[in-house]
Amino acid sequence: MITTALTDLWYGFGVALEPHNLMFCFIGVLVGNMVGVLPGMGPLATISILLPLTFGMKPVAAILMLGGVMYGAQYGGAICSILLNLPCHPPHAVTCLDGFPMTKQGRGGVALGLTVFASFVGASWGITEMIFLSPLLVRAALQFGPAEVCSLMLLGLLAGSTLARGSPIKGVAMTVLGLFLGSVGTDLETGSERYTFGMTELDDGVELIALALGLFGIAEFMNSVNQVAPINTKYTNVTFKDMRPTKADMKRAFFPMWRGTIIGSLCALIPGTGPTIASFVAYATEKKISKHPEDFGTGLIEGVVCPEAATHSSVQGDFIPTMSLGIPGDAVMALLLGALMIQGIVPGPQLISQHPDIFWGLVASFWIGNIMLVLLNVPLIGIWVKMLAIPYKYLYPSAMFFVCIGVYAANNDFFQVGEVVCIGLFGYILLRLGFHPAPILLGFVLGPRFEENFRRAMLISRGDIGVFVERPISAVFIALCVILIGSQVYIRLRGAKTPNLEPADENKPVEIPAELTAHRVPATPAE
Amino acid sequence: MQPATSLLRDLVRKRDFYAGGLMLLIGLGIALKGATYRAGTLMHMGPGFLPTALGILLVLLGIAIAAGSLAPGEPGHAEDQSILPAQPQWLAWFCILMSPVCFIFFGRYFGMAPGTFACVFIAALGDKGATWRGTVVLATVITVFGVGLFSYFLQVPMPIFTWRGGL
Repeated sequence: MITTALTDLWYGFGVALEPHNLMFCFIGVLVGNMVGVLPGMGPLATISILLPLTFGMKPVAAILMLGGVMYGAQYGGAICSILLNLPCHPPHAVTCLDGFPMTKQGRGGVALGLTVFASFVGASWGITEMIFLSPLLVRAALQFGPAEVCSLMLLGLLAGSTLARGSPIKGVAMTVLGLFLGSVGTDLETGSERYTFGMTELDDGVELIALALGLFGIAEFMNSVNQVAPINTKYTNVTFKDMRPTKADMKRAFFPMWRGTIIGSLCALIPGTGPTIASFVAYATEKKISKHPEDFGTGLIEGVVCPEAATHSSVQGDFIPTMSLGIPGDAVMALLLGALMIQGIVPGPQLISQHPDIFWGLVASFWIGNIMLVLLNVPLIGIWVKMLAIPYKYLYPSAMFFVCIGVYAANNDFFQVGEVVCIGLFGYILLRLGFHPAPILLGFVLGPRFEENFRRAMLISRGDIGVFVERPISAVFIALCVILIGSQVYIRLRGAKTPNLEPADENKPVEIPAELTAHRVPATPAE
Repeated sequence: MQPATSLLRDLVRKRDFYAGGLMLLIGLGIALKGATYRAGTLMHMGPGFLPTALGILLVLLGIAIAAGSLAPGEPGHAEDQSILPAQPQWLAWFCILMSPVCFIFFGRYFGMAPGTFACVFIAALGDKGATWRGTVVLATVITVFGVGLFSYFLQVPMPIFTWRGGL
């Protein structure tokens, strides 16, 4: 089995190293790294902006580029956290705690250097996991009937909405809303129109790009306009030479790095627990097993490398359920899956065998992309730091143009541009009401397939709803759903305070030193 | 004035109440509209089955969210419950929402270049530090760059300039 995996991987490198694909992979990681550094632009908004540009491309090149944006942004986010104490991307919020004190001690360069290294280790582990686990998962998933697929999706949706940020019940409400939005348009089975209100433009359903750009573009801009303070560049003079860690630093960072990697990869296997939760769990664990937990927060290298390794290992691991089962764990993965669907590729367990070039090309490109990122980050750190100085007042109007033209280019129709305005306004209202709109996308992308499988399962079982608990595999998934809901209710009723392990804790503001309190971070940065 | 403002403050502080209410209304709308489609049986589901079920579920979730906000003395509710942010940015919000609308109008009737210019210009006016000159310069730069990228390089089928096209 190992030899088949290695042969496939070899084939993947062949695909990823084609000059055309290599170029788009490079563009992807470059853009991703750039927006990762820029405060106020998340990977979600960037991927949605770039999505229309990929329509003319081959599916492989498109997915390599969009995937590159996703993990490239993780590298960039660390720079922002360590040098500026700005947790502009949620997974890196916890890195600020020890990263910024290190910067104040003049060791920011060392922190960055080791972060890049730890990230690479974490990512490599995640990729290895993907190579060996995905074929196994696929073999199991190919046995699934509609009932199993349906309950697995239910589990994925529930996990994605309850374990993510904010209140679980609001997350579930957002998922339901997303599922509904997915049902707008012509019903696939009966051909009748649903919720189109006579608008023929809605026959094909709500446009994925309009939804993503409305929720994570316009709503996000409305949230952060005039709230992003100019950046304090006092500590940002980092040069290549500063990044070389001493031997003692390397020694101290070695074990935390591996612990972070393992934690991240475990978190990736649980659907719904993305990189954000992984980094928080990693930091909490590192603090717990440390001999001097009170020193955390004063600039310990362990507190930087452990969460960063966890983030990267979990980012790569998140691709496993997405690519092998067709069930995305979070909104970014849902968007990537949506990009594949736009290209006419049906996600699911058959993807690896039907489109081996996409799957193995993607895996190989992860490695190539991560090596590129290390090479990009180390010598070009000065340029990234300069990027931080781009003021938001230039950034968001330009992004607005990309939103408009991108949505237009999707169908060459102005109707979708109108759609994006309405969705943007609605998304901002949701943000202000304390909802996190990310699960909407999850529900939207899975909605049509969920409905199709549900109908099929009901048809096969002759209308017997009990089929979901009678079939053993399906029953396991349903039981997990019940446990998930039960535990959430239990935690709620007890009002338990398990620090750092609670997803809600992510909203806890990071302690910002007095001289930097002027920096108001957007209340809900795009994940 | 004092009582009025404090009343207003109390009103906008019940965030979860409105959140639940909104979900309830949306769910109700979905369910009522869904009931007009054929529901079918469990074995042969019609187009209305799943949306109606989702609407009802959303109504229930809305009630649960709203009820949670009314329950007194919930622990850990120190977070901000206000609907409006500390400094409401009405002008900026308006500009951001108007920007795509201008893109639609100018793009449709006058072409891509005027549409782009209007879109960036209006959006940039929303920033509190915006100056006329800076905004014009930004809009011009983005227009030149954007038309070059999308019209020449990516071949988006939209005329660069047109006069009242479609009118």
